[in-house]
Amino acid sequence: MALLQISEPGMSTAPHQHRLAVGIDLGTTNSLVATVRSGLSMVLDDEAGHSLLPSVVRYHAGGDVEVGYAAQSAQNLDPHNTIVSVKRFMGRGIADIEDIASLPYRFVDAPGMVQLKTAAGVKSPVEVSAEILKVLRQRAEAAMGGELVGAVITVPAYFDDAQRQATKDAAQLAGLNVLRLLNEPTAAAIAYGLDNASEGVYAVYDLGGGTFDISILKLAKGVFEVLATNGDSALGGDDFDQRVFCWMLEQGRFAPLSAGDARLLLTKARDAKEALTEHTEVRVTAVLSTGEMMDATLTQSAFNTMTASLVSKTLAPTRKALRDAGLAVDEVKGVVMVGGSTRMPCIRQAVADFFRQTPLTNLDPDKVVALGAAMQADVLAGNRAGDDWLLLDVIPLSLGLETMGGLTEKVIPRNTTIPTARAQDFTTFKDGQTAMSVHVLQGERELASDCRSLARFELRGIPPMVAGAARIRVTFQVDADGLLSVSAREQSSGVEASVQVKPSYGLGDEDITRMLKDAFTHAKDDMYARALNEQIVDAQGLIAATRAAMAEDGALLDAAETAAIEVGIAALEKLMAGPDVEPNHHLAIKRGIEALNAATTEFAQRRMDQNVRRAMAGQKLETFG
Amino acid sequence: MDFTQTHFELFGLPATYALDRAKLDAAYRELQNTVHPDRFAAQPEAEQRVAMQWATQVNEAYQTLKHPVNRGVYLLKLQGIDALDASNTKMAPAFLMQQMEWREAIDEVRAGGSVGALDALSDDLRAAHRRIEAQLAALIDTAHDFPAASEAVRQLRFMDKLIAEVGDVYEELES
Repeated sequence: MALLQISEPGMSTAPHQHRLAVGIDLGTTNSLVATVRSGLSMVLDDEAGHSLLPSVVRYHAGGDVEVGYAAQSAQNLDPHNTIVSVKRFMGRGIADIEDIASLPYRFVDAPGMVQLKTAAGVKSPVEVSAEILKVLRQRAEAAMGGELVGAVITVPAYFDDAQRQATKDAAQLAGLNVLRLLNEPTAAAIAYGLDNASEGVYAVYDLGGGTFDISILKLAKGVFEVLATNGDSALGGDDFDQRVFCWMLEQGRFAPLSAGDARLLLTKARDAKEALTEHTEVRVTAVLSTGEMMDATLTQSAFNTMTASLVSKTLAPTRKALRDAGLAVDEVKGVVMVGGSTRMPCIRQAVADFFRQTPLTNLDPDKVVALGAAMQADVLAGNRAGDDWLLLDVIPLSLGLETMGGLTEKVIPRNTTIPTARAQDFTTFKDGQTAMSVHVLQGERELASDCRSLARFELRGIPPMVAGAARIRVTFQVDADGLLSVSAREQSSGVEASVQVKPSYGLGDEDITRMLKDAFTHAKDDMYARALNEQIVDAQGLIAATRAAMAEDGALLDAAETAAIEVGIAALEKLMAGPDVEPNHHLAIKRGIEALNAATTEFAQRRMDQNVRRAMAGQKLETFG
Repeated sequence: MDFTQTHFELFGLPATYALDRAKLDAAYRELQNTVHPDRFAAQPEAEQRVAMQWATQVNEAYQTLKHPVNRGVYLLKLQGIDALDASNTKMAPAFLMQQMEWREAIDEVRAGGSVGALDALSDDLRAAHRRIEAQLAALIDTAHDFPAASEAVRQLRFMDKLIAEVGDVYEELES
């Protein structure tokens, strides 16, 4: 029996102001923004009525930037400066990009992440992605008539830590407050699960433009628990285009192609693939800038043959995910199809054969991720009460450390529910060793060199001891965004040294600051006013939340503790009202916020303890009910 | 957070090896519903941090109790016994013989067996796993024979490794 809810005495029951929040699907091929209005999730269109924004960014000399359809139509004319499918480069080095030779870009090999040389200067994939996000932010703010409190940005479930960090950095650069990074299949499951009020085990098969994810979820009593996830972060519709492109080269027997002609043929290849969704054959014609021509017919069965190995590449991760979840095919109640590439008949057939059931396709596979993300953003912004759901997601790939001999020691296995923390003890190899190099890895392989290197750092100041006597505890913490932080501490002697690391593929805070400055110079935006405004809004929110908490649970504090918090509030209020001294006043307010946060930590802990006691008391009553 | 509280107390369950899985799942859902960071995304940073610590702890507790080996190790640890102590490798000879036979069977399938043969082997291993779990419940909950329980936990861990190896062979056969 479900228990009825009665509010705390003194707790406000008045509905609070609706907070503007959006869900953004930052896709390889297309991106979308959606929001919840009057309880309904809807995709926001641009002025021309387009809901999809092609994930294409064109840089002009002088710094002007075009995003979307305008950029897309220029991609054959200006291939070097028109960046398509930038998502494939997020958090990736040059060595990671398989088909680099066939891409028209001027790559720069930078430490950590590859960069692109454009007419407007060298750009990181993070900056390119930020341009796409900025357009979506502006679209949302124009449609909703106000500033956003935050956004949920979706990422492929199989994205590793470097790719996630890069995505979060891009959002920050676009001026978005990231409420959460959400896995795309999980977002789709929200959109589907709540529409159909389903319970049971579901599979989400998500084939996008450049990534493939499979997630196995259990839905029970409003909780979406991801049991296992797998995939391939370099497999998608683009690869199907590439197969058709190769077929066109065989048909046309062209001389070596210019970048513009290569782009033209790739565009034709995509058109042919899309046409084959509706038709059993398609005529493919092209005239190159050299005057060379091709005119041939591609049948659906020839297409199926040339792409069969790609289709089966999606089934191996699907089997693995089911095995990790400890489930058989017949235990899966439904299969949700996500991503434009699942429109291909060969994919639908393969999925139907594998799961022995017709997959669910009633929601638009291009929109379902954004719709789910918007619903989650609405929950996280605090716009719903009582009837919301909970997502319990997992990390897709194991996290570990390199040990002696170049081997990987797993610290957190894949498919562990987040947030999670795990500590492991290591020791020294040599007598008198005073430093230790910590190499953080992600992946399933035994050799460290076969896994992705996330970060390296050194722990110094270990007291000299005989080999094996020191106890170095390395702690991994993965937060609810799936992002990792690592710290190390020497414990045997009581001497402590610890270090926090950010993965090397993510950008440092200084990089972000520099990029923000660059961005604002171009936008002619007043960076200082914006920063000050942000801090004031944050401070107001914090003071209001603290006052509300004290009104509700003031009994948990003694007089001295109450006074200390009041002092923190008063200090912050004074700062907000105080003289506006450029250029650092926003930093002073930020410090005031941090101080008040520190002063309320113990209070927050006691409030949580109380919440837990109440929840578990309700649980016991329910058991007997 | 009360660090003296056991994982069983956290979920309001008796500290036994035999587990009411439905009750554990319900208590886990209830707790995560209360403490998960998603419930505090619009709250001040201090509350978000506390939520992450709590959610991390609740996940850790749930994984420990849910997993047959981890639950055994944890219960024995509450008795002051380190079941996985590297210096304690005592194992019944009959079990070791059986291990070797299973390992040979896995190698045979790997060398040229069928998925059907692997399915049969997998069923055998899982049945053995369940038998040891039942023994563990009797040893810990009824007989309170903790040294014997430690050995059963180690056996169970062996079984997990074998089952994982079978998973690898499935992958090899499928690719």
